[in-house]
Amino acid sequence: MIKQRPSFDIAIIGAGIIGTAIARELARYQVKIALFEKDADVGQGTSCRNSGVVHAGFTCPVGSLKAEVCMEGNRVFADFCRELDVPYKKVGKLVIARDKEQIPELYRLRYVGQENGVDLRIIGWDDIKKMEPNVSAAVAAMHSPDSAITNPYLLSIACAENAVMNGVEIFLNTAVRDIEWKESSYLLQTGQGDYRADYVINAAGLYSDRIARMSGEDNYRIYPNRGEYYILDNNKSHLISRLIYPVPPLNSGGLGIHLTPTVDGNILIGPSTEYIDKRDDFSTTVPVLEQLLKEARDFVPGISAKDRIRSYAGIRSKIVPPSRGGFGDFIIKASPTRETFINLIGIESPGLTSAPGIARYVVNMIDQRENLRRKNDFQDSRKANVVFSELPETDKVRLSRENPDYGEVVCRCEGITKGEILSALNNPLGVRTVKGIKYRTRATMGRCQGGYCLSRIINIMQEAGMEFTDITLNGGTSRLFSGQVKGVI
Amino acid sequence: MSGDLLSCNLLCEEERDLVIIGAGPAGLAAAISAYRQGVRDILIIEREARPGGILNQCIHDGFGLHKFSQALTGPEYIDRFIKEVAELNIEILTGSLVTGLSRDKVVTVSNRKQGLFRIRAEAVILAMGSRERSAGAIGLPGQRPAGIYTAGLAQNLMNIHNIMIGKRAVILGSGDIGLIMARRLTLEGASVEAVIELMPYPGGLQRNIVQCLQDYKISLRLSQTVIRVEGKDRVEAVLVSGVDDRLEPVPGTEERIECDTLILSVGLIPENELSREAGIQLDPATEGPLVTDSYSTGVPGIFCCGNVLHIHDVVDYVSDEAEKAGVMAAGYILRESRERSGEDRNFIYMEAGTGIKYILPQLVKPDFRGEFSLRVEKPGKNVEILFLAGDKVLFKKKYYRVDPSQMLRISCPDGLLTGQDLVAGQPAAVKVVVE
Repeated sequence: MIKQRPSFDIAIIGAGIIGTAIARELARYQVKIALFEKDADVGQGTSCRNSGVVHAGFTCPVGSLKAEVCMEGNRVFADFCRELDVPYKKVGKLVIARDKEQIPELYRLRYVGQENGVDLRIIGWDDIKKMEPNVSAAVAAMHSPDSAITNPYLLSIACAENAVMNGVEIFLNTAVRDIEWKESSYLLQTGQGDYRADYVINAAGLYSDRIARMSGEDNYRIYPNRGEYYILDNNKSHLISRLIYPVPPLNSGGLGIHLTPTVDGNILIGPSTEYIDKRDDFSTTVPVLEQLLKEARDFVPGISAKDRIRSYAGIRSKIVPPSRGGFGDFIIKASPTRETFINLIGIESPGLTSAPGIARYVVNMIDQRENLRRKNDFQDSRKANVVFSELPETDKVRLSRENPDYGEVVCRCEGITKGEILSALNNPLGVRTVKGIKYRTRATMGRCQGGYCLSRIINIMQEAGMEFTDITLNGGTSRLFSGQVKGVI
Repeated sequence: MSGDLLSCNLLCEEERDLVIIGAGPAGLAAAISAYRQGVRDILIIEREARPGGILNQCIHDGFGLHKFSQALTGPEYIDRFIKEVAELNIEILTGSLVTGLSRDKVVTVSNRKQGLFRIRAEAVILAMGSRERSAGAIGLPGQRPAGIYTAGLAQNLMNIHNIMIGKRAVILGSGDIGLIMARRLTLEGASVEAVIELMPYPGGLQRNIVQCLQDYKISLRLSQTVIRVEGKDRVEAVLVSGVDDRLEPVPGTEERIECDTLILSVGLIPENELSREAGIQLDPATEGPLVTDSYSTGVPGIFCCGNVLHIHDVVDYVSDEAEKAGVMAAGYILRESRERSGEDRNFIYMEAGTGIKYILPQLVKPDFRGEFSLRVEKPGKNVEILFLAGDKVLFKKKYYRVDPSQMLRISCPDGLLTGQDLVAGQPAAVKVVVE
């Protein structure tokens, strides 16, 4: 008997911010879409390991594809976040020159930015001091009022949820192992069975070169480039009110170690810039972590080692080799042999900002061939779960008295209630991991890092019918526990 | 302030003479002692489903040696206090988290039964205990797989929830809970590969080094640290390195230890979120409130004791301290001595000088006759602890051996501080040093 293979119009590989944004944009049309993700949740690669900055576009070379999609992204980002109910704050950015030698670079950046249509102005120390009183002495800065911040992993989750609401099928824990062109469509082989699709969109980020190779495209190579970060306690949020950047170091391939206020009131220090061999080595390292703290303190002396609550690393999917350094343009191209196989390669910074623009760009590529027809029942808005700590007090009182689950505080540091944990556990994507709860609620993200709430979260997962031996941090073999201490007598 | 009052009018459902935050060893002892002084309207608020605090998960023995001359387990020790509180009919509101505390002593509470509500207290005793320093707070390098637990969390999972956390563990830090967990894991069939300590001396008490490590042949490696955690999904190994005098890793000394679990026992931090919210001044050395000899914080009517004030080595001393705080809070409520700390000029400031990590209480009156709690910064033999007014030695005490892991208690001798010149508006300072 021949098994009927599930068949789709379009298969998207990779559920990072790019894959999920494309899925959501395509879901506006009458097409059957599958979104494949190797991890246990969406946005687990570079999308949850970046600064969460919505860039204004002054570092993108004039006339580049990057400039085009970044500018479009920045223009629509507030609406994008509003529709998806994801935090967005237009905090602005200062790129700070510490000595006179750096001033010409500020003017160069302003020139590039203005060519791209970015609103920018150069200010002196008096204005810097007024805007950011905790920043140490500098000679000048470029102020970009249109730079903003968002929550990058919530945005991936929101795009995926909105896509699923509109009919996209998502396959988590499903790595695409091979793709064959067979009987006039693609056969995608995964660890979880085979699927057919007429189009393939390769949004596999760090693994996009490997997926491209499955289409016979051998020219791409990803050079993983790691950036390490520190996260600071939210009791230091008062130290800065906007993004604080250095003048980008020449050819480093990064924007320099900067300070980023997050939408949750933490400050991020980072990222560093380092080419590495393995694209899954998210290690932080002793010398870089020391460097981060030092550079942050050079900028804002009020920061101390005691303020650290976590370190992490993200990996940039660079297409420029270490020997050349710097940045390459985004590549969004159909395979030369198959126009229905679209590769997105080298989507590093400002990939998050560009996601809405890239999604539009990819949809246009398909639309030109297929003349896509819009659905008339597309729902463009998605509601986030309740964040109890952010409710007005009268709502807190009402909700906590109506539903006891909102009266039970599970995470002390972030004030997260059992009600929120349960909503996160019952998410529309079916993710049932500790990290899935963490990213959706912030539980374990506070200063005690789960020391208090982890055992409570485990209890709630058990109440919801999970065996504790099956509970994982993030899917796969990331089991938290090895068994019982004592067997039942 | 007006906002506080307004919302309190909306929500304040009851008033209490004394609200104690936390029903652990500090909170329970403070409640009993306040009751004995005559306070009757007492409410203890506890976030767990039952009173007892951290002792509920401390199933090893060794508690009560000082107080009861008996080696009790944690639950046995605290049961004595729980029973007494029950006999005195002191009310404990369990399963309730205090989410807010204002300067005017309005306590915001949340629980399943009542939702969010407020209580106005005449006096408050802070007895919230401490939390554990996390991997992030020490900048632990490497990957972030499953299998990294703080020692107290590991203890909670194993002893309360019957969950085995791993089979092959390395313990970073030699704090007491880490040492206790080294033995606990061994007894439950796990293999403890090593205990790694950054400092050249252990962080926990000598008796725990002997009873938890040496008796089980678990190696304690001093002046070493973890410089990388390996493993994508679950911990696979840690890379350990020697450190130099500046605590920096020494290249060439690395050793890879395979394990599936990393336990962190790298210090406790007094849990002072509520204190900060109430505008209470903290001492950077203890990370707890600055207190007077009546265990009063800088906010009149808010008292403090136990690990939220400073980290203790043994629970018996927590009970002692909490009894004193209970007496003082009762005095405040019963209007016997309503002092206003910070505004009262007649305090002597106790300054932690060379070799002293902290001394407590930080502010004492010249007629103080109580006990000082202090810790030294590093181990020493045949040392003297000196109390100095300027260059003049007021008092000295000899010790054959001192360790940072041990809290020293020194009774203030009669008349020690009475000779101090108190200049109006300027606190006199007495400096304590190790020689």
